[in-house]
Amino acid sequence: MKWDWSAVADFMPYFWDGLLVTLQILVLGSLISFALGLVWALLMRVPTRWVTWPVGAVTEFVRNTPLLVQLFFLFYVLPEWGITFSALTTGVFAIGLHYSTYTMQVYRAGIEAVPVGQWEAATALNLPLRRTWTAVILPQAVRRVVPALGNYVISMLKDTPLLMAITVLEMLGEARLFAQQQFQFTEPLTVIGFAFIVISYLASLALRALERRLVH
Amino acid sequence: MSTDTHAPFEKDPGSPRGTGELIRLEKVTKRFGDHTVLDNLDFSVDTGKHVTLIGPSGSGKTTILRLLMTLLKPDEGTITVDGDRLFPASEKQVREVRKKIGMVFQQFNLFPNMTVLRNITEAPVTVLGMSKDAAEERARELLEMVGLSEHIDKHPAQLSGGQQQRVAIARALAMRPQVLLLDEVTSALDPELVAGVLDVLRDIARSTDITMLCVTHEMNFARDISDQVLMFDSGRIIEAGPPEKIFSEPEHDRTREFLSAVL
Repeated sequence: MKWDWSAVADFMPYFWDGLLVTLQILVLGSLISFALGLVWALLMRVPTRWVTWPVGAVTEFVRNTPLLVQLFFLFYVLPEWGITFSALTTGVFAIGLHYSTYTMQVYRAGIEAVPVGQWEAATALNLPLRRTWTAVILPQAVRRVVPALGNYVISMLKDTPLLMAITVLEMLGEARLFAQQQFQFTEPLTVIGFAFIVISYLASLALRALERRLVH
Repeated sequence: MSTDTHAPFEKDPGSPRGTGELIRLEKVTKRFGDHTVLDNLDFSVDTGKHVTLIGPSGSGKTTILRLLMTLLKPDEGTITVDGDRLFPASEKQVREVRKKIGMVFQQFNLFPNMTVLRNITEAPVTVLGMSKDAAEERARELLEMVGLSEHIDKHPAQLSGGQQQRVAIARALAMRPQVLLLDEVTSALDPELVAGVLDVLRDIARSTDITMLCVTHEMNFARDISDQVLMFDSGRIIEAGPPEKIFSEPEHDRTREFLSAVL
């Protein structure tokens, strides 16, 4: 095996395309998982089984089936029912949905960790329920769970290549395509390997900075 | 609002407060599982009075405060505040009646994500609909009263326990409640911080017409501020009277035993 710098140079235009797609998946998928996970966590606290049972069943199902199966299902089965989205849209939604079933548990733990005295003080001050959530409980809960949410962002980054299976050309997809056309595997795969390390390192730095800001 | 320019509290001789019954519990029973904490309790407090509840732990004193704050619901009985039913009552009615009641907790329960100022202005603005300026002006007055003006922009974690509790008192008073419930407000404090909090409460008891219901183990404080002391045992009031009488010549053996243990 020999290292060929010119192959690296040839790969770079494709790499930038793939990087852009990977980052899109990561950022949009994270936002979806943060928002949807919070919705699930809040719905699970609605005091009626008519809400908690279906939400619990659906999220349990999504959490315990493979993301790859969900990707295939959304990409190949939904169009048969007349619902069609681009591969990237489908992939972003699938990965966001899948991870929302993890983040909901993180939020739940964060909400439960807010001392009961905070609820009591809010009652004593007659704060409306909505205001108690938005001004008292969630700010404290979210602050507690930022590190755990951050771990799922890194985790999600490492799952983004699964979207290759539904034809999304993220970094691995571009690398594979390049490799198959040029018969050069080492260089593109090494380049994207480093790229994954750099992205997760930068993401963890950003999250640590966010944590520090939230503590003060 | 013109009232907001007044000092935090003034005795108003023309006010209808200070007369009549403000709080009434009738035949209130509260059980936790098999344990009956309050047993068919009847009990009322007149407007403007300072009533202290004493008794061994588990005797139901704190439960009464928590029932009045609607943090708990009784199993039986009725609770009335200022002529309005607090239990049983609709959620809407509860929200209205609850505005008349404020509470200070053993563990302060300040909102750690807000500054001292916002802890105090949050409810007046969102619940009473006060303007932000008016609420802040009132918060400044109250903070001055509890001696914490210079800490207005700090967060609770930057304050000592005693300071946090004084902020909590200001926060409760900012809602202009008719009744202030004090639930062992010095029990979680280091001994050297207790006096500062009690001084603030003595000051409020002396200079305002607010009705106070107080659960405390600080007997000297109870003697100073109380119009009436209620001795609880096993969910019943076994003795009631002015502090001079309860503390000096209690009639009941259980009261004597309790006082000799805590004094």
